Amino acid sequence: MTTAISVAGLHKSFGKTHALDGLDLEVEAGEVHGFLGPNGSGKSTTIRVLLGLLRADSGAARMLDMDPWTDAVELHRRVAYVPGDVTLWRNLSGGEVIDLYGRLHNGGRTRRGGKDGGRTGGLDPARRADLIERFELDPTKKGRTYSKGNRQKVALVAAFASDVDVLILDEPTSGLDPLMEEVFQRCVREERDRGRTILLSSHILSEVEELCDRVSIIRKGRTVESGSLADLRHLTRTSVTAELTGPPNGLASLPGVHELEVQDLEGQDAGVRPDGVRCRVRLHVDTDKLNAVLRSLTDSGVRSLTSTPPTLEELFLRHYQEDVQPDGRRDVQADGRRDVQADSRADGSEETVAR
Amino acid sequence: MTATTTPAAGAFAARVGGSRPLAGTGTLLRFALRRDRVMMPLWIGVTGLLVLSLPASLKTVYSTPAERATLARQMLTNSSLRATYGPVFSDSIGGLTAWRIGSYAGVLAAIMSLIIVVRHTRDEEESGRQELISAAMVGRRAPLTAALLAALVANGVLALLIAGGLAGQGGSGALALGLAIGATGMVFATMAAIVAQLTESARLAKGLTGGLIGAAFVLRAAGDSATDDGSSLLTWISPLGWLENLRAFADERWWVLLLFVAAVAAQGAAAYALAGRRDVGMSFLPTRPGPATGRLGTAEALAWRLQRGAVLGWSLGFLAAGAAFGGITKGAADLVGGNAKTREIIERMGGQAGITDAFLAAMVNMLGMVAALYIVSSVLRLHGEETSQRAEPLLAAAVGRLRWAGGHLVLAFGGASLIMLLGGLGLALGYGSELGAVLGACLVQVPAIWTLGGVAVLLYGLSPRLAPGAWAAAGLALLLGWIGPALNIPQTVMDLSPFGHLPKLPGGTMAWTPVLVLTGIAAALTAAGLTALRRRDLTT
Ligand SMILES: Nc1ncnc2c1ncn2[C@@H]1O[C@H](COP(=O)(O)OP(=O)(O)OP(=O)(O)O)[C@@H](O)[C@H]1O
Ligand SMILES: [Mg+2]
Repeated sequence: MTTAISVAGLHKSFGKTHALDGLDLEVEAGEVHGFLGPNGSGKSTTIRVLLGLLRADSGAARMLDMDPWTDAVELHRRVAYVPGDVTLWRNLSGGEVIDLYGRLHNGGRTRRGGKDGGRTGGLDPARRADLIERFELDPTKKGRTYSKGNRQKVALVAAFASDVDVLILDEPTSGLDPLMEEVFQRCVREERDRGRTILLSSHILSEVEELCDRVSIIRKGRTVESGSLADLRHLTRTSVTAELTGPPNGLASLPGVHELEVQDLEGQDAGVRPDGVRCRVRLHVDTDKLNAVLRSLTDSGVRSLTSTPPTLEELFLRHYQEDVQPDGRRDVQADGRRDVQADSRADGSEETVAR
Repeated sequence: MTATTTPAAGAFAARVGGSRPLAGTGTLLRFALRRDRVMMPLWIGVTGLLVLSLPASLKTVYSTPAERATLARQMLTNSSLRATYGPVFSDSIGGLTAWRIGSYAGVLAAIMSLIIVVRHTRDEEESGRQELISAAMVGRRAPLTAALLAALVANGVLALLIAGGLAGQGGSGALALGLAIGATGMVFATMAAIVAQLTESARLAKGLTGGLIGAAFVLRAAGDSATDDGSSLLTWISPLGWLENLRAFADERWWVLLLFVAAVAAQGAAAYALAGRRDVGMSFLPTRPGPATGRLGTAEALAWRLQRGAVLGWSLGFLAAGAAFGGITKGAADLVGGNAKTREIIERMGGQAGITDAFLAAMVNMLGMVAALYIVSSVLRLHGEETSQRAEPLLAAAVGRLRWAGGHLVLAFGGASLIMLLGGLGLALGYGSELGAVLGACLVQVPAIWTLGGVAVLLYGLSPRLAPGAWAAAGLALLLGWIGPALNIPQTVMDLSPFGHLPKLPGGTMAWTPVLVLTGIAAALTAAGLTALRRRDLTT
């Protein structure tokens, strides 16, 4: 695999604001890369540097082996960009804008060698028509009469229809309804299957979880985490609920165990349940210490066990709130845990073992 | 939660809009005045200065009452000059001040008012900021009220400034002129408020209201050329005609102020009625659907598409203005020839040769200075495209900054030459001869116009924040060219304006040096601006 985008030690300040403070980012060719971070953390700034719209103060940024600042035009033939806030010209229709961008990507020439001879700007007419239909876009409306989501669709159709190697999407779905979000996700997968590289900045974690091969999380202009979702999950806690036939022993003293809660069922009026369950254990464990915990649980006799992998929300919140707990291991409160479990049930990622 | 505060957002909005439609007006007004804290004092100051500087210059040029009486008589008998300035109602210094500047100060107040009102109503809606504001605890009528109050503050200050500054010429005359100018501003403020309800684009609202101001001027001019006492119906249709018919410093007819009051009240009521009937961001002139596919394929084609309306409008305007100026040239020249002092002023504006040529040259120069406004507005389309974020995705596509800017600059610099040629064509046609000489004279203005265009490119290239300074540069050139000759301002100051260096044509002798030097300066400024643009960050 080759690298499509590589950014190292990028610095950029606006007056006193240090928008980027040594940011690193590696995007492999052909992957969908999630770009996450709280508001104002520098995602859009990074993207604008990559597009040659802003000039970095220091550090290296390369895309498709070109310098975004000096080779801007050459580079942009191979890159399509969708901003989060799309502004259109009042008196141009959506269709005109789509074709304008199509031709611009083609250096102003009408596309040559189209199979059916149909010419729609620099775009493949079939693909253009297909995308317009799937996004349910009316291309005859003019600039201001589009709603926010529809303006985004115009930009998305133009980007997906154009023949480029890299798609840079900066919060492209902030205005889309759930149905269109589906369409968007399908389009992104199609683009990846065609071998395109996609950098996706997003606050919609389910979208990132669904689409991204790898993610980079940034905070205050610095990369704090980068890797595949599986890698990142490994760094967080798994929550475990187990029903045991015997009392747990030594769980509390195991490394990496947090918020252990043991509910003794024996003392209650029902006594020992017919299935022999004596107590219920809930705990959180650092995912890399999971093995020892499971061993200790099976020693006590497991009747049922639910383990929930950490969600991206949890991962993200941990980085987001690092200010609060500088040790990086945020103590999840009771309500936080409830959220996590509710989420995991919703997306069906919980694994139930031994029932 | 009680029954009166229903949770439904719609009901909530209706309640706010219904029972407290003016909630938040004070906050919005303060905000508007804060945003206009540079533009408003500058505009009021320049307009006030124009008016207040006149008595002194009139005194130096027409020092004796006899000279002034002759001037007044001559001005009154000549229909072309009545069309340009209106009739003279009194040959006192105050009366001549009102005659010479009244209409123009009224036009300036009107333009200021339309900018203020559109800026704080339609502009806000177009940018989407209004939605934010409307969602806050702001009544339905508050934004329009705040905009009109801001215009009232500006016109009120201007009226007081003029009334106070001219009090030495006669208290009631000064008050009448000040009030008339301020009231004219308010008439067009409320007119702009109506237009802003009808259109969806602030640019269009400003253009339409500007057109109405032009129409008011033309009506007054047509009426005044027909009668010598302002009694024509055409004059009475125009608010600028009311201004003149108040007869400041003559026999003030105070009841004319009632016309202003009635117009402001009626137009204001209409604007409120319209505003109450439509949704935020919407208008009464709906946009039609466009084509599903497009032919635009280059940054240049896009620039043309965005600017063609303006180019067309300015072209027609210049053709018409040229024809009108040409039409009055003969009469004006005949008359002015009789008065040595006036002749001297015109010749200082237009050159030394025959008075007709001098008048033509003065008109050509006037067209050139107005064309500078075109070039600045055209160059600053770049600024508008950038700050509205429309440039960003274009420049992120395969369009280089130079090419993107180049498309607009070709229209700015080429368009300026085009409208000058059309203005010259109109002038020659209206006058009836000298086509070649007039066209040549118009082209000679072009390097000076380009120089101001170059200033705009440089300021914009350095930083979008500096870009509006180009208006100040063009305004200064216009001001110097307009009042400089009458005030006999020293040459070193006049040299600040690129127009001051040009040969006075037709009639004078052609001088290539200033023309070539100015062309070089314009090219250097433009190149420097483009270089800076290539190096700087795009506004995000
Ligand atoms: N042109 C500018 N001038 C001054 N400050 C800026 C400018 N552009 C960005 N910033 C600042 O840089 C920081 C990073 O902004 P950026 O837009 O990159 O954040 P982001 O991660 O995209 O946030 P969001 O999730 O809200 O889109 C912010 O503090 C912002 O205020
Ligand atoms: Mg952003």
